[in-house]
Amino acid sequence: MSAGMTAPAGRAGDGVRPVPVPVLELEEVSKAYPGSPPVQALDQVSLSVLAGELTGIVGPSGSGKSTLLHLMGTLDKPTAGTVRVTGINVARMGDRELSGLRASRIGFVFQQFFLAEHQTVLGNVADGLLYAGVPRARRRQAAAAALARVGLAHKAAARATQLSGGERQRVAVARAIAGRPPVVLADEPTGNLDSATGASLLALLEELNAAGTTIIIITHDHAVAARMRRRIEMLDGHIIADTGELP
Amino acid sequence: MTTTMEWPATPPVSRLHPGDLAGLASVGLRTRKLRASLSALGIAIGVAAIVAVLGLAASSSAVLLNEISQLGTNLLTVTNGQSLPGSTAELPLAAPAMISQLPGVTGVQYTGTVSNASAYRSPDIPTINTNALTVAASSLGLPAVTGTSVAAGSYLNAATVGEPVAVLGSAAAQRLGLDRVWPGMRIWVGGMWFYVVGILNPAVLAPEIDSSVLIGFPAARHYLGFDGHPSEVYVRTQNTSAAVNTVDGKLGGQADPENPGQVNVSQPSNALTAQADAAGALDTLFLGLGAVALLVGAVGVANIMIISVLERRQEIGLRRALGATKSHIRIQFLSEAIMLSLAGGTVGVILGAVSTGVYGHTRGWPIVIPIEAWVGGLVAALFIGALAGLLPAIRAARLSPTEALLTM
Ligand SMILES: Nc1ncnc2c1ncn2[C@@H]1O[C@H](COP(=O)(O)OP(=O)(O)OP(=O)(O)O)[C@@H](O)[C@H]1O
Ligand SMILES: [Mg+2]
Repeated sequence: MSAGMTAPAGRAGDGVRPVPVPVLELEEVSKAYPGSPPVQALDQVSLSVLAGELTGIVGPSGSGKSTLLHLMGTLDKPTAGTVRVTGINVARMGDRELSGLRASRIGFVFQQFFLAEHQTVLGNVADGLLYAGVPRARRRQAAAAALARVGLAHKAAARATQLSGGERQRVAVARAIAGRPPVVLADEPTGNLDSATGASLLALLEELNAAGTTIIIITHDHAVAARMRRRIEMLDGHIIADTGELP
Repeated sequence: MTTTMEWPATPPVSRLHPGDLAGLASVGLRTRKLRASLSALGIAIGVAAIVAVLGLAASSSAVLLNEISQLGTNLLTVTNGQSLPGSTAELPLAAPAMISQLPGVTGVQYTGTVSNASAYRSPDIPTINTNALTVAASSLGLPAVTGTSVAAGSYLNAATVGEPVAVLGSAAAQRLGLDRVWPGMRIWVGGMWFYVVGILNPAVLAPEIDSSVLIGFPAARHYLGFDGHPSEVYVRTQNTSAAVNTVDGKLGGQADPENPGQVNVSQPSNALTAQADAAGALDTLFLGLGAVALLVGAVGVANIMIISVLERRQEIGLRRALGATKSHIRIQFLSEAIMLSLAGGTVGVILGAVSTGVYGHTRGWPIVIPIEAWVGGLVAALFIGALAGLLPAIRAARLSPTEALLTM
């Protein structure tokens, strides 16, 4: 991992204390969904996530967690405020640039896995790089490497339908990290898993974080959030608690 | 591992390799085979109908054109025209001999209609049952020049030309109920028995011979009081269009120098060529049905694509999250519609070609599938796919990623 990221305690062995780089920055971000009355899903939220952080976002249903994640992932635009991803203000970016940003710098993991059933596990993972301009052969190489990192190298040729829920979500994680994006956004990744399987998936995400990937996990499960080094609590579109960026 | 991690200020733009598009376009076809084939069926039927219509038309006209080229286009016919309204002009007795002297003429044969005589199977047949048969005197080399031949028996010759002897055209034989020739076989012509010595094959270039009962000129004069004027002169020329045209231009004056305007000259192969063109003309009814099937197919493809976009909302959302641009989504669904339609079109071309082949084979036709037919079928399918897929593809691309990812 890069020493440029804020190193976890006890791992910055060389004594150099680099300046932490923010990967995601939100400044007074609001999001209102049109309707009558309009839904204020986020209300002037400010937040900065530094490279190397493992952050949990908790909050009850409807508190705006997914909305926040969509804004951080450039899948949606805020009604007000500024979003920066890897230092880039996304406000003035067009569809092509935003898509390029997602293709190269953001990995997504969703509660429902979203695997293609007609494809092999390897094919699913390789599709993580489909829009990154990577030739097919290199996509498959990268996919094989990502599968090895999530411990599913032996399932490369299997169909998604032949996997357990935990394995499916690992495949989805492999797809998210195949292009080695600096940040991975996970919306309720353990939501469809039993607690033991969920715990092992969290362990995998912790491992990937330890290897350098900034990871943000949304959950409404406090037990899951408790494992995160940084916890952000949301309620009604506001951040009501934040254990804070690392010192 | 000691420098501050930075990212370039402009990330790379999204790119989709054209080679990957083919795989993407076939997702719907591979994952929903039955549905895809059903929706492509309309297009297959439409294209098949159009290809078959074009193929059958081309094949049937090929038959006629073949026949014409075998019979030759160098036959000209001279007939008597009209002198005054209503009264028939007669060709001079010397017309055939005069025509033979024209340069470029290789053969002249002629017939003279014996208008006061009718032919019957026997004297017991009522006289009004003429079977639309013509009794005509004929020169001796008629079959060769008119492009027919003797099917049974023999033709008139020097020995029989003055005898009460007849040869039947193919239709005449049929109408008299005779299909072979046996010794002593006779028919009742102009009030007396004539022995039938031969039956001709159909004369495609001179169909008037088919319905004729042919007898010798001397016999016609002697037994039936015929005046001997030829009514139809068949002229073969050298087989070049220049020779045909030259002879054609001079025939009127040569046949009847005094009244060249009363002579009709025609080229029978022209009529056949027109007939071949007519056979090659498209069957508008079937073409119309094909067009309707194509339209139905287009609606089917559009329908299936709209359903597909609705069903695959989450796939669209995922692709957007993976970095697909709006135009990547649009081109994926557009290509899928085109691929679906092209698959239908390909099956249609094969079906159309096979049905043309099978039908043509049963009729003994040469099989011709014009290039416009199958290329046109495929192009039509491509066009229809693009048209049918456009709206669904635009819809898919417009879907916002967050809406697409919503779980119901
Ligand atoms: N596309 C939308 N249109 C209108 N309202 C929306 C839309 N998406 C979310 N909302 C509303 O915005 C608020 C925040 O929703 P959000 O999905 O961010 O909540 P959440 O914290 O992720 O909840 P959950 O834990 O149930 O996933 C909710 O009141 C929701 O109904
Ligand atoms: Mg949510």
